[in-house]
Amino acid sequence: MVMANDGDDALVIAGEEFGSRLIMGTGGAPSMSVLGEALAASGTELTTVAMRRVDPSARGSVLDVLREHGIRVLPNTAGCFTAGEAVLTAKLAREALGTNWVKLEVIADEHTLLPDPIELVDAAEQLVDDGFVVLPYTSDDPVLARRLEQVGCAAVMPLGSPIGSGLGIRNPHNIELIVERATVPVVLDAGLGTASDAALAMELGCDAVLLATAVTRAQHPTRMAAAMRHAVEAGRLARLAGRIPMRRYAQASSPFEGMVKSS
Amino acid sequence: MKIIVNGEPRDLPEDASVADAVATVTGAPNGVAAALNDEVVSRSAWTATRLTEADRLEVLTAVQGG
Repeated sequence: MVMANDGDDALVIAGEEFGSRLIMGTGGAPSMSVLGEALAASGTELTTVAMRRVDPSARGSVLDVLREHGIRVLPNTAGCFTAGEAVLTAKLAREALGTNWVKLEVIADEHTLLPDPIELVDAAEQLVDDGFVVLPYTSDDPVLARRLEQVGCAAVMPLGSPIGSGLGIRNPHNIELIVERATVPVVLDAGLGTASDAALAMELGCDAVLLATAVTRAQHPTRMAAAMRHAVEAGRLARLAGRIPMRRYAQASSPFEGMVKSS
Repeated sequence: MKIIVNGEPRDLPEDASVADAVATVTGAPNGVAAALNDEVVSRSAWTATRLTEADRLEVLTAVQGG
């Protein structure tokens, strides 16, 4: 049986191989134990964390959960509004976590959480120059995706719809355009609500999916995590299989020759 | 002298280092990084880096997010 994750079809980002094409976030989980169960069910090998001021009263660390499940940590720059803030946050993450990988987020405002394209490209350029492996969260704009690739980003991560909205992929045509032109992996990041959204992302040709809220705020996070795992594998297989073209009219699947004739 | 650690003013002795200031907010420096006046100070330099009046120190760690 052909499996999407049988090792012949690994996701490769900046020369690193991942057996799973599902990248998870950790925000929104009701507890560390639920988060751990959900991450395990998702099969993810790469998972994001945010960087914040230490809280002396905090109990347990998300890093312990990732370590326990052998999942590689991907720090993000969530909440940053300027290139300066994002670059400093990425450098702090590199120092704290010992990784030069960063999910670069530079948002324009708290209402939409949409990327600020000017600040994003500026921050990406600075971080690439400083030796970071930069995975930018971007809008579904094929031109901006190109620009990010040109400044040396290791992947581009267009949104399907606004962060946490669960609206799915609002502009599949743009995602296809980004996929067609990209020479780095395309990761559909943000807005997915349920398993069919993840499958669609993969069917459109994305190399991976990054999601958090759809799992962590589902009524049953562990079930949804498993659903997402299967959806990503199914969507990847469907993409590799090559879907039939859509047709205007029916095309019989049974032959017309040899039909019984009635008088 | 007064140092601003994670946005809160703290009184520290005149010869205090970055390590001393970090110790006021966390006892577990693993997975923690510090920036002094917007410049990262690597952990190996925490003890040797002296603070001066009104310095701003940010001490960050990983939390759930993204």
